[in-house]
This record gives sequence, structure tokens and C-alpha cells, in this order.
Amino acid sequence: MEDSYVYKRVGSVSFAVLSPKLIKKMAAAKVVTPELYDKEGYPVDGGLMDVRLGVIDPGLRCKTCGSRLKECIGHFGYISLARPVIHLSYVNVVLSLLRTTCRDCSRILLPDSKIQQLGGKGVKRSRIKDSIASSKTGNKCPHCKARQYKITVEKPTTFFENERRISPIEIRSRLEKIPDADAEAFGLNVGAVRPEWMVLTVFPIPPVTMRPSITLETGERSEDDLTHKLGDIVRINQRLFENINAGAPEIIVEDLWDLLQYHITTFFDNDVAQLPPARHRSGQPLKTISERIRSKEGRIRHNLVGKRTNFSARTVISPDPMLELNEVGVPEIMALKLTVPERVTEWNMEYLKNFVKNGPKKYPGANYVIRPDGKKKKLTEDIIEATLEEMQPGYVVERHLMDGDKAIFNRQPSLHRMSMMCHNIRVLPYKTLRLNPAVCFPYNADFDGDEMNLHIPQTEESRAEAEHLMLVQTQLISPRYGLSVIGCVQDAISGNYLLTREDFSMPRHAAVDMLSSIGVSELSRLPKRESVSGKEIFSALLPADFDFVGKSRSSAEPEVVIKGGKLVSGVMDKNNLGEGSGLMLRNIHKKYGEAFAVDFLGKLFRLGVSVLIRRGFTTTIADTDLPDEAHDSISKIFADAEVEVQELVSQFNANSLDTFPGRTARETLELKILELLTRARNDTGHVVAKFANRDSHTLIMANSGARGNLLNLAQIAGSVGQQALRGKRIEKGFKNRTLSYFKPNDLGSEAHGFIRSCFKSGLKPAEFFFQAMVGRDSLMDTALRTPKSGYLYRRLSNAMQDLRVEYDGTVRDASGRIIQFAYGEDGVDVSKSEGGTINVSRIISKVK
Amino acid sequence: MKKIDLTTHVLIPKHSKLGDKDKEEMLKRYNVSLKGLPKILVSDAGISHLSARPGDVIEIVRDSPTAGKAFFYRVVVDE
Ligand SMILES: [Mg+2]
Ligand SMILES: [Zn+2]
Ligand SMILES: [Zn+2]
Repeated sequence: MEDSYVYKRVGSVSFAVLSPKLIKKMAAAKVVTPELYDKEGYPVDGGLMDVRLGVIDPGLRCKTCGSRLKECIGHFGYISLARPVIHLSYVNVVLSLLRTTCRDCSRILLPDSKIQQLGGKGVKRSRIKDSIASSKTGNKCPHCKARQYKITVEKPTTFFENERRISPIEIRSRLEKIPDADAEAFGLNVGAVRPEWMVLTVFPIPPVTMRPSITLETGERSEDDLTHKLGDIVRINQRLFENINAGAPEIIVEDLWDLLQYHITTFFDNDVAQLPPARHRSGQPLKTISERIRSKEGRIRHNLVGKRTNFSARTVISPDPMLELNEVGVPEIMALKLTVPERVTEWNMEYLKNFVKNGPKKYPGANYVIRPDGKKKKLTEDIIEATLEEMQPGYVVERHLMDGDKAIFNRQPSLHRMSMMCHNIRVLPYKTLRLNPAVCFPYNADFDGDEMNLHIPQTEESRAEAEHLMLVQTQLISPRYGLSVIGCVQDAISGNYLLTREDFSMPRHAAVDMLSSIGVSELSRLPKRESVSGKEIFSALLPADFDFVGKSRSSAEPEVVIKGGKLVSGVMDKNNLGEGSGLMLRNIHKKYGEAFAVDFLGKLFRLGVSVLIRRGFTTTIADTDLPDEAHDSISKIFADAEVEVQELVSQFNANSLDTFPGRTARETLELKILELLTRARNDTGHVVAKFANRDSHTLIMANSGARGNLLNLAQIAGSVGQQALRGKRIEKGFKNRTLSYFKPNDLGSEAHGFIRSCFKSGLKPAEFFFQAMVGRDSLMDTALRTPKSGYLYRRLSNAMQDLRVEYDGTVRDASGRIIQFAYGEDGVDVSKSEGGTINVSRIISKVK
Repeated sequence: MKKIDLTTHVLIPKHSKLGDKDKEEMLKRYNVSLKGLPKILVSDAGISHLSARPGDVIEIVRDSPTAGKAFFYRVVVDE
């Protein structure tokens, strides 16, 4: 079956070097002049734009093959070089061939017996080299006994033998003399590669089709970079010919020869380390052959691997918690441009005609109609009537995007598979793409100007695949750690935290109002009392038969118990609601399925937000106010610490400090001071935590895990603490001191970056300076690390892209070689596990 | 210098040489030839006590927090 589609199959691929003969044979023209056009603007015969090299003008026919523009793929030309020139790409091969063959007789510098012993054919050049280096003959040829000299190369293309320059002519003649049998021993397939072909004597001129000239608006012609470069080569080659024929002094000839070598080298690669790049008159470097291929903007990554797509959209994103997690809000103007093709049948004809009636400008309308013969017609006001008349089954209408259509939503960098998920479309007013803030985490998105991409699948198959493999709920469990990657964030956490604390209650009618506003209609499980507690309201979301035991962050109510769908004890906080933490979300997903889980998460999120909307939630500076008592104890902590530091310093100065093993006294002092000050700062943290108002909103956020932590609070209210640069106290700056404000050799805490002040009271000038140092350092660090880790990721994903788990559980590469004998050494599919492990006891209890 | 017995080091898992029969059985079990196995150098310090030769298969048993014991096989190669 499959064979019937295969017309030709690649049997093998072989690589060869172009021989001078082949270059001439494949050439359609010999180029003899660097001129391009004559006075009439017609291409010069034998010039670089010779008509035999292909067509780039519409309407003309190719002089060589007779085809038109775009049919003719172009034809090579050639020039004969006045003197041979080394090909840049083969410098290393030429060098190792010169080093391993005799300068006189060009045999391998090994006796025949030894060559046979190495295998005689296709030996690695490095092995021959090693073998020669270790042979006793030293620098004598074993065949003709000629003495050998050391050959070096001065990058990029100049060869020396014993400091004396060897010209490409001499190199070529040595390579020519290498016998076929010896060349084969080097692994060269002499049918395809003769060593001397690596030194060019004729030069192929690429067809004009790969270097088309463009006509500017002014009517002026602008030539391709390659044409410019070829012009240089042909011109210098011509001058070299003329000088040689005129018998010019050898120095002039050699200068021109070097220039020719330079132009040919930069023709292949204009980014050689040792050469100044050839430039335009404007100063920008020319883009020659290797620049066209290489790098991100090159042919491979830009044009071949980097495809562009239609039916896609991109704009700024903003949050909307009232959307479901698996929805995406699409602005109406986008919906007017993005379309979905729908086939007309006798059952949906009337429905589709409504779209056609609306036309391209009125939503929901249609932009194109495709007739059964494949003709695509753009709908405009004046053809709507006619189109409605002729429409019949078999037509396809490209109608505007509507609620419920599927789309693939993506944010770069797409680092894991949750970076592209399928969402249901909701067409909304305004101009941003909208998503539920709970799905920000897998996309790593925030709303400080982030943009995202949207792709609309165009076939039934692709829509079905996207829906079943990529819809948000299919991606809930992370394949990295086997827990929910989607959870509550920010307000949703603090809201649920407030709701489920002991002291929360509200009138039943208010609770009913709140629950219905977030889409809960099943209220029978809400107790029929005048006032209901927060835990009871939360329980209304839970399935009636859900049991769970877990831990919360709170030390007052550490145990979270859910029994029969009722939250019996414990507060809900980040440990159970957040992404990647706790098993509550994981268990709900396992027991009730992904569709329920995603709906539950949406309701949970909106519940948290609704609680805050009804209760009111903000944060103020006053949240960080501390009683005098607290300030006193903080002052005492630092006064004590300062005394201890001084004590350590004087011990150090008196040489009586007990040093740590393997450390100098100075290092010991640093470590001890650092430890002491860190401890002091932590102590202030405890004081702040003790005295701060438990019901202040800042503390509610910190305690629930929604945002911020006690350390932040301590820095605002207590002390900013020690600033560390590369794991040490700050030492940089002036001679023997950090700032001229301090005395030289001051080892005290203040002089080395300890910030006693807190952000609220403000920093002293020296403290401010230290903080700025550390701030700048970490900023630089992030800026430099991001591209580095991006490149590391690229290398890893390219190296591992075709590994897969086979049916026998092994991980193998594309050629069937085993990488792991069991995936992850335990064969567990993490996305089907609970936090990376299998819950064996539950399986057993189920089987029983 | 004191010679250290690597086999007793906590970070080095147990390496052992498979007998001919076990080797055949293992290759059959994984439907793989020697070429398809991961490699280990003859000169690897971890197998210096086994006097292994190129073509032998080394079984490595690691302790694993999730799998209990994890088995791994490498073929001995020359260079
Ligand atoms: Mg951002
Ligand atoms: Zn042609
Ligand atoms: Zn010789």
C-alpha cells in the first residue's frame, strides 16, 4: 500500500569536491569581464549578469534552457584563475595532508607495511598523524629518505614550511603527486575527491537566480552582495592576468594574488576571525555565502525551520477571571479577520447563508466563499446577493470566528508543552486577548505588556486533535512533577484563605448570591441556617463524596481535613490551592476527571476573588507599623549584634580568634560576622512576625502565600539586612575601605554593607549605595543569564528531540539505540503519577 | 599513595560483568544488539576490578527512591 506512493527512494548520499573539469562542464558561460551591463542597460556577454546564467527579468527566456522566470533555476558560469587559490573550507584538510605526506615524493610518511596495518583504506587522518608522530623514522621519508620540515598555517589561508612561505602553486603540485592509493588510505574517495581540487584553479560563478538584482523606485539597479563580491574577484583576477603577462615584478604579482585569495575567502565566508570583513561603501559588511546559510537569520533557521503561518493573531494580553480557564477572549476586530471554513450541506445551508448575508464587515459574517471547483471568492458588498443565489451543498464558507471555536494559544518562549494549549474562543469587545489569570503560570505570563499568539485550526481533523490533545484540561497535570500546574494565584489564594478561616461567616442569602455569581447552581449542600460559615461556603464547591487530608501553611490549623465533601478543619492556602503544591487538586483531578477539575478550579478562583470583592481588600503602609515595644527589641538585637561584631573584630586584631579548619583568620572573621548579622536579621523577622497585626492585609497575603513573605515585611519594618556580593560582605571600592566615608581598614558591619535601616524609615547614604551595588549586580546577572540558559535549552532540545519511549518501556533514539532501560529508571509516567510516585496503597485498597 | 577501593564508595553503584548466558538473555529481552547498548570504556575506573574486555556487558544496579533497584547495562568498548 505505502509503496505505491513512493516513486523514488534515496538510497545513499555521497559528498564530493568539485573538480576543475566538472566546474567547466557544468558552466553555461565563461565569465571574462567584471562589467554587468552595457550602455543600453543590456547584460554584457561574458559579464557577471550574462543572459546565459539564468533569467531574473519577467518576460525573458533563458538563453541556455529556454525556460521563463521561475522555471529556470539558473546556470553556473566559471572563470579561470590566473593563479591557484586555497579554498577556505579545506585549509585543515590540506594542512594535515601536507604534514602527513612527503614534501618530495608525496607518499604517506609511513612504510607500506604500516599503512596496511592501519587498514589501508579509510583511516582517520588523525590516526595516521599519531602513527607518524610515534614512528622512529623521525623526519625522514621512509620511501625516498627526503628530510621533512615543519609545516604551519597562519590563519586563514597562508602556509609555511620552516618559516618559508609555500605558495598555493607548490601546495597544489604536492597534492597532485599524492598517489590514489595513499589518498584512499586517508579516507578520500578518489573518484569524488582528489586532494588537489581543494586548491582552486577555476572558480564557479553562481547563477544570477541566486543573486538577483533589484530595481529601485528611482529606476536604478541595485546588485546583490554576492554580485559585488564576484565583481571584485573577476576584476582582481583580470588584473593579475595582465600583470603576469606584462612581466610585472613578483612583489606586485604576489600582492594581487593575496588580494585574490582574500576576495575568494570572503566570498565563501565574510566572518573569518583573522580577516577584516569585506564591506559595502556604506560600511556594513557584505552578506556572502556562509552568512546566507548560518545563524538565526540564515536560510536554515529563518526560511527552512522557521515557517510563518496564516490564520494567526498576536496582541497584548490582559486578565479576566470571569472567563473559564479553557477560554480565551478574542477582540471582535480579530474575529472579523480570522476565519473558519465550513462546508455547506443541505442541513446547514440556511445557517451559513446568514454569515454570507452579513458579509465581511458585519459580525458574524464571512470573508470568503470557495466554490466546489476550488475557486476562492472574496466576499464584498456587491457580490453577496449573487453568492447567496448560487450557494449550494459543496461550497465552503470561511465564516468569522465565533464563541466555541477552538484556538491554539501560545506564549514565547515555548519551553514546555503547556506553552501551547487549546482554548475555546469567546469573542469580546476591546482590543486585547484575554485569559484567566490561573493559566498564567503554565504560560509564564503576566500583564506588564506581554503579548501572546493565537492560531486557528482550519480543518476538522486539526480541531479534533487540538481539542483532545491540547485543551487546557488535558494539560492540568505537569509531566515534570505530576501535580497540578494550574492553581489559584494572588487574590484567589488570599480570598479563599479569608473565607476558610475560623472567624468567617456571612448571611445565607449573601452566600447564595455570591455562589450563584460565580456559576454555582447546586446549593442544596449549603446548610439551611440564617448564617453560614466560610468553610461551609467553600464546601459547597466540593463533590459530596470527596475525602482528603493534607497540610496547610498555618501553624494554628496545620491539618486540612475534608470529609464527605465538607471542609471539617484547616484553612485553604497556597499549600493546597496553589500550583505545583499539595495533593488536593491532584486528587480531585484523579477522582472526578479533567473536565470537573478545570471547572472546579475556575469556580475556586472566582470564589476567592468574589470574597475579596465583597469584603474589601487592600494594602497600606500602616500594615507595617509596629508598636514601640517592637522597635525597642529590634534596636536591642542590633545593639547586641554590633557589640558582638566589635568583639570579633578586636579578637581578630589581637590575633586571638579561633580559626575554622582550612580557613585563615580573616576568612573566619568574615564567616562569623556574616552568620552573626544574618541571625540578627532573622531575629528581627521573628519580632516583626510576633508584633505585626495578624489581620492586616499585608500579613494575610504573606500567611496565605498569595504574595510576599515575612522577610519582605522585616525589610520594610525592621531592617534591610546584610548586602552580599558574590556570597561575601561588600569589599569592593577604595583602597582598604568600601567608601571614603569610612576609616581605612574598618572591619565593622556598617562599613561592609550591613543595612541597619528599614525601607520605611529610609536608608542612609552609605546604605543606599551598598543596596544599589547589589541591586545592579543582580540585574546584570539576570540580563546575562537569560540568553545563556535559552541557548542551553536549545542545545538540549535539539539533542533529545527524537528520543522516545518504546512499547517495551525503554527510551531509544532514532536509530534504536537504548538511552535508558526504563524511562526515568522507574518507568513511571510522571503525568499520570501523584508528585512523581505511584500511590500503591490506594491501588491496593481499591483492588481489595 | 594509598590505593582506594572504589567499589566500596557510596557514590559508586554496583558494577558486575554479565555471564555469556545472562548477556544473551538480556540482549534478547531488550531486543537489541551490542551496538545499541550504552557504552563504558575498558579503562573506566568503576570496572577496573572486573577485568572486562571489549564486548562484555556490565550490569549496573543503582538504588532508586522510586524504583527500589534500577538496572542498567553498558557494553565495554575500546576507545
Ligand atoms: Mg511580562
Ligand atoms: Zn535556464
Ligand atoms: Zn618521500
